[in-house]
Amino acid sequence: MRRWTLLAVLALAVAFPLVARPLGWEFYVGFASRIMIYALAASSLNLILGYGGMLSFGHAAFVGAGAYVVGILMAEGVASAWVSWPLAVAAAGALAAAVGAVSLRTRGVYFIMITLAFAQMIYYIAVGMKAYGGEEGLNLPARSSVGFGLDLKDDATFYYVVLGVLIAALYAMHRLARARFGRVIEAIRENETRMEAIGFATHRYKLVCFALGGAVAGLSGALLANQNSYVNPNLLYWTQSGSLMIMVILGGVGALYGGLLGAIALLVLEEVFSVYTIHWQLGVGAILLAIVLYAPQGLAGLLARRRDG
Amino acid sequence: MSGILLLEQALNGLQFGLMLFLLAAGLTLVFGIMDMINLAHGSLYMVGAFLAATFAELTGSFWLAVVLAMAGTAVVGMALEISVLRRLYARDHLAQVLATFAIILIANEGVRLIWGPQVPLSAPPALAGPVQILPGLDYSSYRLVIIAVGLAVAVALYVLVTRTKTGMLVRAGASNREMATAMGVDIKLLFTLVFGFGAALCAIAGAMLGPILAVQVGMGESILILAFVVIVIGGIGSIRGALVGALVVGMADTIGRAFIPALLREFLPPQFASALGPALASILIYVLMAAILFWKPQGLFPARG
Repeated sequence: MRRWTLLAVLALAVAFPLVARPLGWEFYVGFASRIMIYALAASSLNLILGYGGMLSFGHAAFVGAGAYVVGILMAEGVASAWVSWPLAVAAAGALAAAVGAVSLRTRGVYFIMITLAFAQMIYYIAVGMKAYGGEEGLNLPARSSVGFGLDLKDDATFYYVVLGVLIAALYAMHRLARARFGRVIEAIRENETRMEAIGFATHRYKLVCFALGGAVAGLSGALLANQNSYVNPNLLYWTQSGSLMIMVILGGVGALYGGLLGAIALLVLEEVFSVYTIHWQLGVGAILLAIVLYAPQGLAGLLARRRDG
Repeated sequence: MSGILLLEQALNGLQFGLMLFLLAAGLTLVFGIMDMINLAHGSLYMVGAFLAATFAELTGSFWLAVVLAMAGTAVVGMALEISVLRRLYARDHLAQVLATFAIILIANEGVRLIWGPQVPLSAPPALAGPVQILPGLDYSSYRLVIIAVGLAVAVALYVLVTRTKTGMLVRAGASNREMATAMGVDIKLLFTLVFGFGAALCAIAGAMLGPILAVQVGMGESILILAFVVIVIGGIGSIRGALVGALVVGMADTIGRAFIPALLREFLPPQFASALGPALASILIYVLMAAILFWKPQGLFPARG
């Protein structure tokens, strides 16, 4: 049953751009790419927050770092995705490892606050990079080039690249969660003291998990820079971290498709409300509040409850 | 000359720090007693500023407007606590972050609907000009009044928290909520009152800073993060910590912005200095916070023994 649902969703996702063009829905191809990029970012946060149980409030910094690596390399004349995207992943991962190494010494709300503080530092560093646009940000002259005769300027091609990356990332996360590493991480989330007593190097596991999440966030940032053809410090502002957190909670903390569901829900909600009123935030805020108060497990939890009941 | 400049910046830092303290005081009590992350605290600051602007236009008196805005914001705060926040105390931090983030969205759009994106609020005309406080140093009289108000509120708060029975109950709640409840303290009522009180302090800060910064939608977001930095540095739940933290952050931020770029120019080529200076000044307080948490993970004055 589940496998058929999955295949049907995949078939729909693959067919979408082919159907969209004759129907004149080109705008929605770009919109769908945007959703998938945020789904990737939210899923990477879910790895840290859901599986690892670490309440990081600075995830936008890693997304932004990836975006800036692509933007800066592009400005310096390096357009190849094969160079800039892996570098974006590596830079964001290294940054996350450094932030995690300090932050993981603290617990609870202090961890939330110190990750927030680091993200703000990185935000102000981006604002201070006058050579790369400073507060104004940086326009990308083109999208990254991938070779093989593919042109990312074409929205449908870009859509398929993003779809491929998202599927690969979700599959890798699925395997990771089932592997020994995933089990250990979840056990640490449930009872760190016990895992430490058994003899696991809990700090190291959490740090690796944090850095992995940051690296995947860097990949989503690289895609986002291409999608917008523009990077600016707002990508790193704390409200962006808040939005990513909302997506994860909305979709389902620690659920494989939590990030995807949450990104779809939040972005579609924003889009629908913004068609009807400029005061769309009011509606989005009210719905979010209702979800926290009445559906504590997020959308994935609602779906699961439906299946059980 | 440089001594005068330093004094002027120190006064600016003191003024900013005291206003941060008004925000942080309410936030740290909410955080300390209920273990609740309230991102919507900045929204109360915004609501206070908008109310003050409206009352100032209606009554024609700035000071009357500040008092009315305090009362109005306290009512808004208590209504918020009773209707929504109360349900979140038992939930985890994640749910609190999401819910109060949602309240920020609602508050921003609500304020935009009622007032529009920005309203004017100016200092009372009597305080418009500078006064000479030292030979060669003219200082804005309005900023001096802010310092006076901030100091007065800080002293009043100190007396209230350390010398009165209500204050004793609040401290008891902050250091051990379960024990205080077991001793017969009505934590629920106490907390609604604390929340309203914190909202009133927000309104003072919003109204006083309104003429200097701008009364606009979203004004709460950036200052909220600073308030969090303050209470984390000071130790969550501690009023004394909030005061020390606020002054440290206010001073470091103001003086850093004024002097780091100049200092860098002494050592670095100008193109580096002009790029690096403002960024370094902006991240200074976050570095400070990370360093303090590194050595004192509970902040400078931990409230829980």
